[in-house]
Amino acid sequence: MSVVSTSVATAGGEIISSRRSAGVWKQVAKRLRGDALGMASLVVVLAFVLLSLFVALGWVASGWSVESAVPYAPPDFLGPDTSPALKIEQPTGPMLDLSSVDPLAPHYADIDKRAKELATAAKPKLLTLPFGADRSGRDVLLKAIKGSEVSIFVGLAAAVVATALGTFLGALAGFFGGIVGDVLEWFYNVFTAVPGILLIFAFAAVLGRGIGTVVVILGLTGWTSVYRLLRAEYIKHSTREYVLAAQAIGTSRATRMFVHILPNVSHVILVQMSLNVVFFIKAEVILSFLGLGVPIDSVSWGTMLNEAQAELILGKWWQLVAATVFMAVFVTAFSVLTDALRDALDPKLR
Amino acid sequence: MTTLLSIADLRVSFKVGKEQPFEAVKGISFDVPVNGTLALVGESGSGKSVTAMSILRLLPVTAAISGSILYQGSNLLDASSERMRELRGRDISVIFQEPMSSLNPVFTVGDQIAEVIRLHEHLSRRKAWQRAIELLEEVGLPEPKQRVSSYPHQLSGGQQQRVMIAMAIACKPKLLIADEPTTALDVTIQKQILDLLARLRESHQMSMLFITHDLAVVGDIADQVVVMEKGEIREQGPVQAVFHAAKHPYTQALLSCRPRLDVRPRRLPVVADYMQGRILDANAPQRTPRVDGEIVLEVRHLGKRFELKDGLFSHSYFDAVKDVSFNLKRGRTLGLVGESGSGKTTVGLTLMRLHKASAGEVLLKTESGPKDLLKLSEHDMTALRRRIQIVFQNPYASLNPRFTVAQILTEPMRIHNIGGNERERLELTAAMLERVGLSPGALWKYPHEFSGGQRQRIAIARCLTMRPEILICDESVSALDVSVQAQVLNLLLDLQDEFGLSYLFISHDLAVVRYISDEVMVMNGGSIVEVADSDTIYRDPQNPYTKRLLESIPKGLQGLAIPAVA
Repeated sequence: MSVVSTSVATAGGEIISSRRSAGVWKQVAKRLRGDALGMASLVVVLAFVLLSLFVALGWVASGWSVESAVPYAPPDFLGPDTSPALKIEQPTGPMLDLSSVDPLAPHYADIDKRAKELATAAKPKLLTLPFGADRSGRDVLLKAIKGSEVSIFVGLAAAVVATALGTFLGALAGFFGGIVGDVLEWFYNVFTAVPGILLIFAFAAVLGRGIGTVVVILGLTGWTSVYRLLRAEYIKHSTREYVLAAQAIGTSRATRMFVHILPNVSHVILVQMSLNVVFFIKAEVILSFLGLGVPIDSVSWGTMLNEAQAELILGKWWQLVAATVFMAVFVTAFSVLTDALRDALDPKLR
Repeated sequence: MTTLLSIADLRVSFKVGKEQPFEAVKGISFDVPVNGTLALVGESGSGKSVTAMSILRLLPVTAAISGSILYQGSNLLDASSERMRELRGRDISVIFQEPMSSLNPVFTVGDQIAEVIRLHEHLSRRKAWQRAIELLEEVGLPEPKQRVSSYPHQLSGGQQQRVMIAMAIACKPKLLIADEPTTALDVTIQKQILDLLARLRESHQMSMLFITHDLAVVGDIADQVVVMEKGEIREQGPVQAVFHAAKHPYTQALLSCRPRLDVRPRRLPVVADYMQGRILDANAPQRTPRVDGEIVLEVRHLGKRFELKDGLFSHSYFDAVKDVSFNLKRGRTLGLVGESGSGKTTVGLTLMRLHKASAGEVLLKTESGPKDLLKLSEHDMTALRRRIQIVFQNPYASLNPRFTVAQILTEPMRIHNIGGNERERLELTAAMLERVGLSPGALWKYPHEFSGGQRQRIAIARCLTMRPEILICDESVSALDVSVQAQVLNLLLDLQDEFGLSYLFISHDLAVVRYISDEVMVMNGGSIVEVADSDTIYRDPQNPYTKRLLESIPKGLQGLAIPAVA
């Protein structure tokens, strides 16, 4: 179906070489470029996606699990922790001489000499980090960056699964109607009758932990909103004249559904998908917070928030802030981008 | 005659984005007389509606207006917004084209009429309601006492337009602006509404500014006429003078390019003929209906029944098409006329199997004898689809907006294996585009880059790529401007001669059907009430419904000589 740049000889033998004129997508890009806020959010979202790609490639934040600082090392701008709670009591008074009863006493000189030969370079634990450290002294900033990889992957992958499922079922129900439509409607009604979070728990309990599981769970439970909208769009479009015209020239049902109608409802799909990305990132946080999400050996914004609840009692707020700021920036930028896309993608079907 | 409203050097431009402002009205001047009707005529994009809306200052804020609109000596363009609110509805009122969308669906019609009265005349609720009933009676709505508390959707289109008129005359305005008030209505209803407007204008001593694209309607209703094109006035003067001695070639073209009931030239004159001063022979041979010929499509007792759900388990039926039978002959045109809801479009869709038929046979003549299209398997039907094609009404909706013209035109060829490879198909497509009057450069454009007439040509070209034998034209020229309509009708006639096509021409427009058809069927309430050759049926209708339909046609243009080229 792609006829991009070609030259054609007319009946008179004249050669016309033309290229495709400004298409729908070019216009979309043009409209989007005119929207400053939309462009800014696009930059932020792209930056996040690139960041998580670099993390996945191991270029950034690969050392997130190194315990480089003292436990709960505060951020740089607060200075080292000087509160008495962490200071070990130093004994006062003269040292007691135990050499007469210590069986190792004759060997101390030898032990010291050998130890010097080995030169163990025990790295001194840092007292502060740019954004503080967690309970085991891991850098919170690196954790948040590493966490964005999992969170964004889960959000995007689950949204793709949910949107594909919802689009396919919605297209079937809306295009065919009748028995097919009725059966899918009943299925949809039963599915939405169960509270969403309960459904997620049920799936999580059956499937066990893991990033793949989270994607599958969210994908399987999140298709309903896409389905509902796409079904309505397909009902509307399947009686439009351009679809009747396509039927009149003899196109198959599948062609009409996915070649003719799908591009014309793509704006609904894209907007729904980006709404789902935001929702699924939040859902992953909730799942991990409740201990049903990603495994304990990896980190996501959700697990960080989960840890933060215990730390907050001790007054260690930086892990909570780091995770929240990362999540808030990404989710807000994505929502703004969604709005801009909705405006830019709406085809002027007159 | 004294002047009620005087417009001088009016200019309106719209600023869209960062582009150059678009000038919709370019310095026009005209006067609306006291107690008279002035018609503003033009095709789409001529600026006629913009002019009307600028009188009431109802244009969007992006519009820049200059010039002067003097109403009883004061310039409306300088008036305060309080003053304008006083004037709107009380001194100057408007009727819009679409009654359904100009009435608020959540209020009863009585509420909406009473609102206007209470706003401007400060009557009590009870008195305003009483007045609303009187008004509904005046505009001829049957059973006004019951109808006053009905909602807009419970009324028919004509009744809704009567309600709109009642609202407009509620405060006895001095000027009534009617913006295409009958365009969305059936021809019999149009006649009633035009008569009503003329009567009310007379009895209320109002002035009327009547905006329309239809010159025939102008002849029926107006005293003065202003012809607009592209934001400029081409010609103005008394209706009789303009109709009988049009000076501007554009006016001459508009007057003659609309098909008429009394003459039938071989080819309709188009605007370009007049603009370029091409000589038209007024005595050229007329087209005559040809009723002979070999039958290519035979429809027997076709029926279509829609099931309406009344409740969970009960349903009722609605017969959209009842026992329709006809024959379509090779190289001939069969016209199918009827008002909205008569089932004419359903006939077209059902015999192409775009709707499932409930009864009957559709026999298509093929090499291996006649085949009943309604009984074929999906696979066999696909193979036969190329022989019978359809051109829809709305060229804006019938082309997929996400496809290039090349994709639109090569898709049917790919399905039916026409042309050996993609390159060959593109060459065929380019030739086809030239045949329908578009340049091959159009191949790489998207539908939104074309005007309505051009899109309809693309839709016709899409059908022609399959070399069909039968073309169903479902209101194919109804959405087009008259000058474009003439071009497309000429094209259809040329193509019929060239390819020997048979047309089933479905339309509500009696003049167009009369012009293009050899035989005409009249449909009413799902049944065919009369069939005859197109001369006979218009000269000597037998069925009372046909008679009523023909009487309702605006006669404004009849009897005029085709203007000779200046």
